[in-house]
Amino acid sequence: MISASQRLWRTSPLTYVALVLAALMSIYPFYYMVVIGTRSLDSINDVPPPVTPGGAFGDNFGRVLDNDAANFLKGMMNSIIVSSVVTLSVVLTGSLAGFAFAKLKFRGQNALLLAIIVTMMIPTQMGLIPLWGMMQDLNWYDTLYAVTVPFLVSAFGVFMMRQYASQAISDELIEAGRVDGASTFRIYWSIVLPALRPAAGVLGLLTFMETWNSFLWPYAILSPENPTLQVSLSFLSYAYYTDYSQVFAATAVGTIPLVLVFLLFGRQIIGGIMEGAVKS
Amino acid sequence: MSLSATTAPPSPAPPPPDAPARRRRGYLLNRLDLKYSPYLYIAPFFLLFGVFGLYPMLRTAWMSLHDWDMIGDHTFIGLDNYSALLSDDYFWNALVNTFGIFALSTIPQLLLALFLANLLNKTLLRAKTFFRMAIFVPNVVSVAAVAIVFGMLFQREFGLFNWLLSLVGVDPVDWDGERWSSWTAIASMVNWRWTGYNTLILLAGMQAIPKDLYEAAAIDGASQWRQFWQITLPMLKPTFIFVVILSTIGGMQLFTEPLLFGNGNIIGGNQREFQTLAMYMYEKGITNLNTAGYGAAVAWAIFMIIVLVSLLNFLLVRRTAK
Repeated sequence: MISASQRLWRTSPLTYVALVLAALMSIYPFYYMVVIGTRSLDSINDVPPPVTPGGAFGDNFGRVLDNDAANFLKGMMNSIIVSSVVTLSVVLTGSLAGFAFAKLKFRGQNALLLAIIVTMMIPTQMGLIPLWGMMQDLNWYDTLYAVTVPFLVSAFGVFMMRQYASQAISDELIEAGRVDGASTFRIYWSIVLPALRPAAGVLGLLTFMETWNSFLWPYAILSPENPTLQVSLSFLSYAYYTDYSQVFAATAVGTIPLVLVFLLFGRQIIGGIMEGAVKS
Repeated sequence: MSLSATTAPPSPAPPPPDAPARRRRGYLLNRLDLKYSPYLYIAPFFLLFGVFGLYPMLRTAWMSLHDWDMIGDHTFIGLDNYSALLSDDYFWNALVNTFGIFALSTIPQLLLALFLANLLNKTLLRAKTFFRMAIFVPNVVSVAAVAIVFGMLFQREFGLFNWLLSLVGVDPVDWDGERWSSWTAIASMVNWRWTGYNTLILLAGMQAIPKDLYEAAAIDGASQWRQFWQITLPMLKPTFIFVVILSTIGGMQLFTEPLLFGNGNIIGGNQREFQTLAMYMYEKGITNLNTAGYGAAVAWAIFMIIVLVSLLNFLLVRRTAK
């Protein structure tokens, strides 16, 4: 006990100083966004720069809402729709395929799983240009289909569900279902999906965050009149880069939902990321 | 779990009196279900990935062999796009920029992540979860938001960084006016957003190292520093390779940070000081639709560079960590 506390004493002060510093640096830019977003425009010129939030948020955000060029609310709605649909689909198709790979036997299983793992390593920008052309042909340019349909499935989702299913669900459980005469889909719906819930939750959170934050593709395929939130923010920042209070108020509003989700489920998200790292 | 096992599956309906024919049909259905339903379950992934993932990728290769106008004609020109690429100054410029920003972001970032992961790995650390979450929170903020906030921090007249510099007597820097300064600004956005993520991955790798290795080393009187070099680093090799390859894939595709830093200018600064490869691909393939074939060649060049750099990193890390 003595040696343990001695070791704690010997290593701790500097360790904590370093970690607190790192935590401050992580949080500061986010905090700064809130400070500027809640202050009136002229306080930006203050020397030293302002460090506490002000009371002008309503005024700043009002300018965002009145701003016809940004379509901020529309962007917010679009992002909510797209992120929700994509998340639901990735979790369902991922758990279905993951279950098949982990617990069912079929010809070509290993080769197909390998194919999925390989696709995880492919850079996402590779198909950008032809995909843009395809959207023209489908008449999906500037529609939500363009930013939703290509992302309804995810190789990472299949792989993650497969990993979790193979360790969390015992073969006896599946057998018991079969003996009771349940069809394969019934087994998936009533036994597998409930057992996958923890991993499905993490996959859902990660997918939602990724979709909410994605930029390049929505930027390429949507117009400023029908943007996602991130695209709306970018146009706002181009056009009103001198009105920092307005841009920052909008950015804060677009960021806070995810930070809240993270505060609620951060432990699970971090656990999921760390587990995924060790396994792959 | 056992509860769901006993309650969840539906109990089958009692078999109808006129049994054999129905039972045989049930048996057949059951066989079909066992044999083919797995394909049904993996079909959504492969169908959608085939149409929106694999096909565009192959089409990128096909387009790159053409003089291709997205809304007009295309003619086959073989490898001409690629040979043009080799003597294209703007392409080399984008390549240099991408590697410069990549070096400025990856190297300090991974060193810092290694350092932080080692601190978080201490068994007696208090408030573990708090520190992990605090360090990871930048990754939750969107790239666009990060670029907007950092764009302001690096602003010339009233940005925080120039104010800090003025405290030590340095003249204000025109961050987006020059190559090295814009690279630094963009790399700092990448560093801020990804250090925590890499810290967690490395931490996970460290925690998978068997504890008795350290105990044995401690009994032999090895210092903590020595333990880090002799046990942690060599054992961390696979995780480190994973992190390096992930950073490479991300770094070679860098797009949003430099685009927003330059206020949406696809050429990245007045003199292309910070145009990256991905931005150049976008400029050629989407901003200018009539050079889509050339843009596709840039896309394949990026892919080949990623493969090469990953391979190089892999060999390098494996060699040095031996």
